[in-house]
Amino acid sequence: MGRFIVRRLLQGLILLFLVAGVVFILGRLTGNPADLMLPEDATAEDRVRLIAQLGLDGPLHTQFLKFIGNALTGDLGTSIRMRQPAVEVFFSRLPNTLAIIPWAILFAMTIGIPLGVAAALNRGNAIDRAAGTVAVLGIAMPSFWLGIILIFVFSVELGWLPSGRMGGPEHYVLPVITLGTFLTAGFMRLTRSSMLDVMESEFVKLARIKGLSERTVIWKHCLRNAMIPLLTLWGVFVGNLITGAIVTETVFAWPGIGRLTYEAVIYRDFPLLQAVIILKSILILGINLLVDILYAFVDPRIRLS
Amino acid sequence: MRRVPWIPTLIISAIIIMALLAPLIAPHDPIDQTLKDKLLPPFWMEGGNPTYVLGTDAFGRDILSRLIYGARVSLLVALLALTVGGGVGLSIGIIAGYLGGVVESVLMRLVDAAFTFPAILFALLLAVTMGQGLGTLVIAISLLLWASFARIIRGEVLALKQRDFVSLAKVRGCSTLRIMATHILPNVFNTFMVLVTLNIGVVIIAEASLSFLGAGIPPPTPTWGLMVSEGRGRIAEAWWVALIPGIAITLLVLSVNVFGDWLRDRLDPRLRQL
Repeated sequence: MGRFIVRRLLQGLILLFLVAGVVFILGRLTGNPADLMLPEDATAEDRVRLIAQLGLDGPLHTQFLKFIGNALTGDLGTSIRMRQPAVEVFFSRLPNTLAIIPWAILFAMTIGIPLGVAAALNRGNAIDRAAGTVAVLGIAMPSFWLGIILIFVFSVELGWLPSGRMGGPEHYVLPVITLGTFLTAGFMRLTRSSMLDVMESEFVKLARIKGLSERTVIWKHCLRNAMIPLLTLWGVFVGNLITGAIVTETVFAWPGIGRLTYEAVIYRDFPLLQAVIILKSILILGINLLVDILYAFVDPRIRLS
Repeated sequence: MRRVPWIPTLIISAIIIMALLAPLIAPHDPIDQTLKDKLLPPFWMEGGNPTYVLGTDAFGRDILSRLIYGARVSLLVALLALTVGGGVGLSIGIIAGYLGGVVESVLMRLVDAAFTFPAILFALLLAVTMGQGLGTLVIAISLLLWASFARIIRGEVLALKQRDFVSLAKVRGCSTLRIMATHILPNVFNTFMVLVTLNIGVVIIAEASLSFLGAGIPPPTPTWGLMVSEGRGRIAEAWWVALIPGIAITLLVLSVNVFGDWLRDRLDPRLRQL
């Protein structure tokens, strides 16, 4: 188990190094990154000072080492627009994103999993097709547009819910539905296909032969085992959440890290964007590592392979 | 055998024709601003003007014409990104699957990494560092595509290289490059085409999302995602500006997905789990 953790940790670090490398190279693709980091009204002296401060006058490899060194001490640059350390800005916004994510996952699970089970049990008939249609629509509708429709219907026309910004529980409803819907179709499809696999297996046949009630067979024997492949897709899932949060928070003016990413793009705040990408990568790798370890703990086949 | 899905096929053809003939069929210039006609509703609503069938936006630009020209961007980006991203994925899949060994492990690790990191982050970074434009957009969306192509094509190649015709080619002294190009490539081509169709929707949504986030083709060129973005601030007074282009995106993606499902069942039913 120890060796497994060390190996995964090393892999994660290599990946992080690669991400930092890509960010570093892209920042230098169009010339001196100082030009990306300075506000528009900066003077020539400002530029010279920043170049010296960041060591941007040295050869590339020393620049990269300096960049990594700064990153290791928690210095990922200063946001141009907010004039404060990018790392601080990120961590002040992170809790707001974490406040909607669990609800969105809950929403996606309560809709997606039962729908997937229903589709699998009714394979090929009208219910399966209806569930399939929901999934196809969920994929075809861009989530930023869904968010706007929800605002139009529930805020503008009906006046039931606020159209954005953070606040009381009523502010959560529309963003949670938007982000949740983005994930629901995936949950549904996966549950359906993995239920179909499990329902064919020997132990389910045995459970039926033993005379267990159909309800026990489906919910206890099938569904529990069908959830295992869902766990392995956590990596993709976390990535989807990060992507979904950017769009959802932008539509609803939700002050989380997704909206922060958008702001960094539209204000061309390169140091902030660079910091956001590296910190999000650390977040993604950290969660993946944690899930992998948990998973290996639960299922010994993983850590031995 | 399932029948050809007529409705999606018609919708796709209509949108392609619209895009190709845009200058001939668009009733107005998509960029010209007529400020006295701003925010007119579609013709069937009170205050609508029949010369602007789907109404106008905040700058008095005709929404129908912008929609027609916007189709060009969606389809052009889809074509280019699938050629570049799909092509890279195809090559990496064949190389990794056929050569095996260290090359394969390194390439497949990269594929795993690409699945872990949301491509949208790099797409946004590219837009900021390289500037917005068609080239940036195509590279960004290709980054989103190549890994899934590479993974599936490699799986196919692993099975193919065990087949007798590959061994025979080797015995006859064919070079590795020649085997990959003339014996492996044609045999994974069906799978490749199915992957391409199944990913058209992915690309269109990605392009629209990046445009919406201000990282797509820069204004004033009309794109569907940008149109939604421009209209969202005025949803209370002029819902049509944001909602109509969204309908176009959803309809097109829905159609290509249904069509792709049909094509997959027809050409390669083994890919059903995709």
